Formats: sequence, C-alpha cells, structure tokens
Amino acid sequence: MRFRIYRYNPETDREPYMQEYDLPEIGADMVVREALIIIKGVDETLSFRHSCGEGVCGSDAMNINGRSALACLTKLADLAEPVEIRPVAGLPVIRDLVVDMTGFYRQYRAVKPYLINRDPEPEIEHLQSIEDREKLDGLYECIMCGCCSTMCPSFWWNPDKYLGPQALLQAWRFLADSRDQATDERLDDLEGPYKLYRCHTIMNCVEVCPKGLNPTKAIGHIKQLMLKKAI
Amino acid sequence: MSINRRKFDALVIGAGGGGLRAGLHLAREGVHTAVVSKVFPTRSHTVAAQGGINAALANMVPDNWHWHMFDTVKGSDYLGDQDAIEYMCKVAPKIVYELEHFGVPFSRTEKGKIYQRPFGGQSQNFGGDQAARTCAAADRTGHAMLHSLYQQNIAANTHFFDEYFAIDLLRDDDGHVTGALVIEIETGEPLVIEAKATLLATGGCGQMYKTNTNAHVNTGDGMAMALRAGIPLQDMEFFQFHPTGIAGRGLLLTEGCRGEGGYLVNKDGERFMERYAPNAKDLASRDVVSRAIYTEVKEGRGCGPDGDHVHLKLSHLGADVIMKRLPGIRDTCMTFLHKDPITDLIPIYPTAHYVMGGIPTNRAGEVVSVGKRKGTEAVVPGLYAAGECACVSVHGANRLGGNSLLDIVVFGRAAAENMIEYVRANPAHRDLPEKSLEQVEGRLARWEQTGEGPSVLDLRNELKTAMETYCGVYRDQETLATGIEKVAEIVERIKDVRLKDQSKVYNTSRIEALELENLADIAMATVTSAHARQESRGAHSRVDFPERDDANWMQHTLYLREGRKLAYKPVRTQPLTVESFPPKKRTY
Ligand SMILES: Cc1cc2nc3c(=O)[nH]c(=O)nc-3n(C[C@H](O)[C@H](O)[C@H](O)COP(=O)(O)OP(=O)(O)OC[C@H]3O[C@@H](n4cnc5c(N)ncnc54)[C@H](O)[C@@H]3O)c2cc1C
Ligand code: SF4
Ligand code: SF4
Ligand code: FES
Repeated sequence: MRFRIYRYNPETDREPYMQEYDLPEIGADMVVREALIIIKGVDETLSFRHSCGEGVCGSDAMNINGRSALACLTKLADLAEPVEIRPVAGLPVIRDLVVDMTGFYRQYRAVKPYLINRDPEPEIEHLQSIEDREKLDGLYECIMCGCCSTMCPSFWWNPDKYLGPQALLQAWRFLADSRDQATDERLDDLEGPYKLYRCHTIMNCVEVCPKGLNPTKAIGHIKQLMLKKAI
Repeated sequence: MSINRRKFDALVIGAGGGGLRAGLHLAREGVHTAVVSKVFPTRSHTVAAQGGINAALANMVPDNWHWHMFDTVKGSDYLGDQDAIEYMCKVAPKIVYELEHFGVPFSRTEKGKIYQRPFGGQSQNFGGDQAARTCAAADRTGHAMLHSLYQQNIAANTHFFDEYFAIDLLRDDDGHVTGALVIEIETGEPLVIEAKATLLATGGCGQMYKTNTNAHVNTGDGMAMALRAGIPLQDMEFFQFHPTGIAGRGLLLTEGCRGEGGYLVNKDGERFMERYAPNAKDLASRDVVSRAIYTEVKEGRGCGPDGDHVHLKLSHLGADVIMKRLPGIRDTCMTFLHKDPITDLIPIYPTAHYVMGGIPTNRAGEVVSVGKRKGTEAVVPGLYAAGECACVSVHGANRLGGNSLLDIVVFGRAAAENMIEYVRANPAHRDLPEKSLEQVEGRLARWEQTGEGPSVLDLRNELKTAMETYCGVYRDQETLATGIEKVAEIVERIKDVRLKDQSKVYNTSRIEALELENLADIAMATVTSAHARQESRGAHSRVDFPERDDANWMQHTLYLREGRKLAYKPVRTQPLTVESFPPKKRTY
C-alpha cells in the first residue's frame, strides 16, 4: 500500500514536503496507526503522537485522505490509495504530523470546563436521577482529540475568537449537568458575536467525531438556552 | 552547556489519576507545584480504565469497608500490607464521594445514587455472597475520573508542564531527592526542576510484554528512575495477566463484562469456570481465571481453528444492558473484531495488564529504601510515589479489579498531604547536587553518539517477546534462568543502539530510546525477582513450586539495580485497628 506523508522538520526543512512510503504487506484489520509504527521502524525521523491504540486517549488525530480522524481507529481497508496523511488543519505544525494544540486547549479552558457547585459539600454523593445523568451521555465521552475543531471552517477563520465545537460541546456538558449551579455565569461568558455564534451549522464536526458525539446539537441547545434567558 | 532551572516547592511527575489527585491537593493548599507529564494529562492511561473504582458504599447490596479489606487481603494472596489495606478500604467511600463532587459522571441507581457493579473477588460478610462494590461511569470510569480531575486542576490553576519527559531524579550525597532533570519534548531542551518534595506518579510498565492492555507510553519510567537513583523495586515478580484481553490483540474487555453477567465458555460451549471456582465462578480472582483459561487451551478445549483462545459470552444480557452499561466494549468489539457482543461470542485470552510491584512506599506515600541494618527500612527524604508505579503494598501478589483506580487516588492524595507537611517543615531548597546532575546529563549525552547499530524498535520488540516467552503466566526455574540471560543480553545490546535521528524538535525516537532503557531495567528486575521466588502466590505461578509457602516466602522482594541484588522484608500483617487476617487457603 502506498502512503504519502507530510514531512516537516523546522531544523532542517525550509518547507514542508510529501514523502512516499510503500508497505508491501498489509494485514486485513490493520489501522493507520499500525502502518505508521511500521514506517517509523524504517524511517526513525517520522514524528507523530499516539498512545492508547484504542480511541480513548485522543492523541493521534491527523488528516487522513482529507479529513480529521484518529489513526488508531482508521482501517487501511477503508482508504483509497495513495493514503495521504497530513497534520490536522487549522493548527500550527510543530513537526511532521505533530501540531501545536495550545490554541485548542485555550478554548477548552475558556468555557470553565469543570463542575461548579457552591452548596456546602454533602456527606455523600449529590443525588442525580437516571434521567438527569442520561443528559450527559454523548457529551462527557469527548476525548479532546480535536478532530471536530480542526475540520470546522469557523474555527479556521477565527481560531482566537470562535470557541469551536469541542469547547462548546464541553460548555453544554456542564450546562446540562443537574449538579452544576453556574448556568447564568456560563451563558454570560458565551455572549458576543463570536464565541458561540460563529457556528454556521456546517456539521463537519459531527461527521468526523470518532466518538460519535454531536457538537452541532450541543451548540443548538446552548443557543436555545441563550434565547430563553434573553426573554 | 548551562541548563535552565526552575524552582518549585513540589514536583509531581505524572498526570494520570495518581498525579492529578496529588497535584489538585497541592494546588488547592497553595503549595507552589509543577506537574510534569510526557503526554497531555488527559492522554494518560488512566483514561483507558473501564470497569470502575471500589468503595463499600452499599448502594446496591449491604457492604462495609471491613469486608472490602478482607477481600483485598485474600485477593493479594496474603502478601498485601494490612495496615495500608485497612487505610485504603476505610477512606474509599470518602474518596469516591469526593470524586463525585469533582464532577465525575457516575452512572446512577433508581434512587439517584452512584451505581455499583459486581467485580471479581468481591464478597459480603468475609467470603459470603457476591458484593457489588465497583462504582462505575458506564464502562468509561477511568476516562470520567481523569477528565474530572484534570478539570478541577484547571479550576485550581495547577502549573502544568505538558509534554515534558523526566529523565532522572537528582539526589544529593545525603540521599535527599532535590528534583529531576526533564526535557521539553517540543524543543528537545533540557530543564532542571528543583523541588523540596518530588512525587513519582508515572504509572505502569505493561509495554515490557508483547501482548498487553497498556498504552504505548506505559514504559515504567518512574520505576527505572528510582532504580537508577539507588532505590529498590518491590515485588516485581507479581505481574497481572487480565483474563479477558481480545485474543492476539491485547485490547482489554473489562471485568465489568462478567460483573454484568457475562461468562466464559470453551469450545464445547461449557461454562468452564464452574469447575475451577464453584462459588464465584467467572468472578473469581483474576489470577485464578487467567490460569483456568490457560489450562482449557492447553488441554485442547480452546476455541478457533488453532484452539488458542476461549469465548466471552455477553449476548444473553440483551441489547439494553450492553448498550447502557458496556457501550465502549461494544464499540471496541465492533471496530477491531467486526463482532457485536449483542449477538456474537468474543474471542479472549489472558493479557499482560498491571504491575503489582513498584517503588516501595509506606502508607504516607513516602518512598522507603532498604535500611542500614538487615530487614529495616529507611525513608528517602524528599521522595514520594503513588499510583501504579508505587508498591504500598495494597495489592500484594494479585490486585482485585477496581482496586487500582482506588489506590491511585487514595495514595495520590495521601502523598500530597504528607508533601504539604514536608514542604512546610523544610522552607529552604537544598543545593543542586552537581555530581548527580552530571551523571544524568551523561545518560542524555549517550544518545548523541552516531554510527551504526541495532534499532530501538527492534530491541523493544525483542525485549517484549523475551518477557512474554520466559516470564509469562506459568514459570519455572529453567525458563526464568533463560529469561535472565536473554534480558541481560538485550541490556548489553542497548549500549550499541544509535539514534539516526539526532534532531531536537519533537524527536519521538529519542524519547523511545530513553523508554527502552527504562523498560529493560524493569524487565531485569521482574525476571530476576521471579527467578528467586520459589513458590506460587497470586499472579506468580511456578510450575516447579505449585504451592504457596508461607513459612519461607511470606515476605516482600526488593530488587536493587546495582549488582542485580535481592533483599527481602516482612509483610506488614498488623492492620491499624482491626485484627489481622491470617493466611488461609485461597478458594473462590
Ligand atoms: C485498559 C485498562 C483498564 C483498566 N481498568 C481498570 C478499572 O476498571 N479499575 C481499576 O481500578 N483499574 C483499572 N486499570 C488499572 C488502572 O487504570 C491503572 O493502574 C491506573 O490508572 C494507573 O494510574 P497512574 O496515575 O498510576 O498512571 P497513568 O494514568 O498511567 O499515568 C502516568 C502518568 O505519568 C506520566 N509519565 C510517565 N513517564 C513519564 C516521564 N518519563 N516523564 C514525564 N511524565 C511521565 C504520563 O505522561 C502519565 O501522565 C486498568 C488498566 C488498563 C490498562
Ligand atoms: S457545525 Fe458549527 S462547530 Fe460544527 S463544523 Fe460547522 S461551524 Fe463548526
Ligand atoms: S467532540 Fe469528538 S471530535 Fe471533538 S474533540 Fe471531542 S471526541 Fe474529538
Ligand atoms: S492512540 Fe489513543 S486515541 Fe488513538
């Protein structure tokens, strides 16, 4: 199988370039991450992040044949040749397939992604009904891989001002939590033309999320809540 | 070359559940703390934990901490230290409530309480009916915990050094640990972080086996750092093989699968655990279940064309239970096996999973080395350890499922508590130990040699295969002796490895080279300790010594890197307030 991989080392390369690799033998169930490990065995200089190998750590988002995906969950059998692998779009490249995620993490931190409950702590757990807990399904599972935000045109164009699908999904995760008491504060923080309202429902984020989460829907819920609050 | 230096009161190396729990406590108490991690915190392997965390909350069936303690002592095959176990089981409910307050989205009962599932080795009333003690957030408990802990650290403004790799500890002539040398992966620049108190929370070392459930980054760095600083590793021969890894692939299917009612079958469709553990059946302790699977396969009752695995059956649970309680498991089976547990049998086989041994600590999280006099201990001033890299020892010879997530937060918090005291009692930083720094720099400089040599990847693979072959589920004197030779030979050949990539910026090959050195040191500790222990206990099964030997071997192993020497210390059989559980024959 033929691979074309984006290469760039700032110490030696003036410009990025694409390098070709051939892997003669491909196992039936092999995923992109395994192919990259084999390639790295041959060419030590190739850098990419990866760790868990099972889609839970969120390390190995990369642009595979034009879309953000996790290398560990992307089957070679499903890909057209040559497989073109680039760093995810919209974030600065550090080297090869490794991008600088600082901006992405900054947007995450900006939504106060933590439970805020100001009551005196109970002796036991806060009670939460099964139904209320179910509202968190499809939200808390986010692995912060960045597949969504790096496919979002609004995020590309306004990376500093628009929070992007990942951060907004997390904003909703806490707004939706029956234990959280900072709804007004959270909504106030999202005011303004950019932070939330740059989402134009393009749905790229939903299409690529490896965990099957739906940031667009979450953004819709926030907008509704904003509206309710305004009335 | 002058290296940049930063000074903190406390340094935490590792940002998994253990490190983050410690970092949170330190930050909230206003201690100036650096948390260093080679991966972004939420990428740490705690994220992969599925089943849950144990605490006797009694939300489902009656329970109390004393029963939890009994199960843990028994599960440890009486090698666990009963003072530490009592402490852990007693604070467990408080620790879990605290996690819930941090925001962990636990699954819930009808009454709105934290949902708990049955897990292996759990009983009510000291060996009676099955208990349900494992608090779960579906089958993503580790993810839920790790993210919530990271989130609270954001709220507390903890100072993170993300993607910094710790090379080695700095230790002065008086034996005090004064910080560590790290490198920033992005730039390749070294940095000295000085601290009055340093915590190792670097996680496990499952990468020393070929088929394992661990992440690529689980290379036991902290344990190897301790070894090189002259500190022993304890009980390294006890390595847990999880019964239900996906056959040949290594991915884990949580014990929660059996906790929810799944069971194992052989090629005849027989539920064979009934023969090996008539009472607990599929929820017997992990060592017991793993050996049973191994025996089934060896005696020709394995499944598949090569008869090399058995099946996990979940279909009878129904789609609803599987989708609600085990959604991640279903995803994994569909993605990697094209099988849906709602209808299909899942091929599984015991897989290297968890290291019971590690850096010896007391229940305050202080690292304890061998004392001057035989059989005594001595605290290493300024050094703490918690989590999978530490050995308190609450797991002894075999860990119960759900007890590690508990261990990491209980002792991460306890270590932080004692670090806070230590930092307050020792207001001044000690001088930077130049000699120690030079040594550590030497380790880094060694990788600047160029030329031809074997590759890091090849040797890593050889090491993993050697460990799997010579130090696996079943062991005997001869294979272990061969194992020592093989590993020693690999250790020698690592000296010939040369890096072809000498660049600085985000050079993952250099990191992997340093990890390989760490893995090899730990493999040596493991196989040497296993070779010496002439009995079978917990996860350590010696074909040539099939019985447990309490008269001679109810003691902890200590392995020292220099001279590959072994020492032993007694098990702490005296709990804090209750009566000791004396060793008994272990049946399930
Ligand atoms: C698949 C799987 C499922 C599991 N399920 C359960 C379960 O259901 N219940 C249970 O109780 N236990 C479970 N366990 C065990 C448990 O998850 C682990 O033992 C525990 O999470 C380890 O936590 P830790 O904080 O010690 O280490 P980790 O979470 O592994 O974190 C280690 C940290 O150290 C850092 N680090 C390591 N080396 C360096 C270095 N050189 N420089 C800088 N930083 C470094 C890493 O970046 C990381 O942040 C499971 C384990 C696995 C593998
Ligand atoms: S739906 Fe919104 S968040 Fe998602 S990709 Fe489109 S603009 Fe971005
Ligand atoms: S929402 Fe999905 S794609 Fe986006 S960061 Fe989370 S897991 Fe990744
Ligand atoms: S390696 Fe962890 S998500 Fe792919």
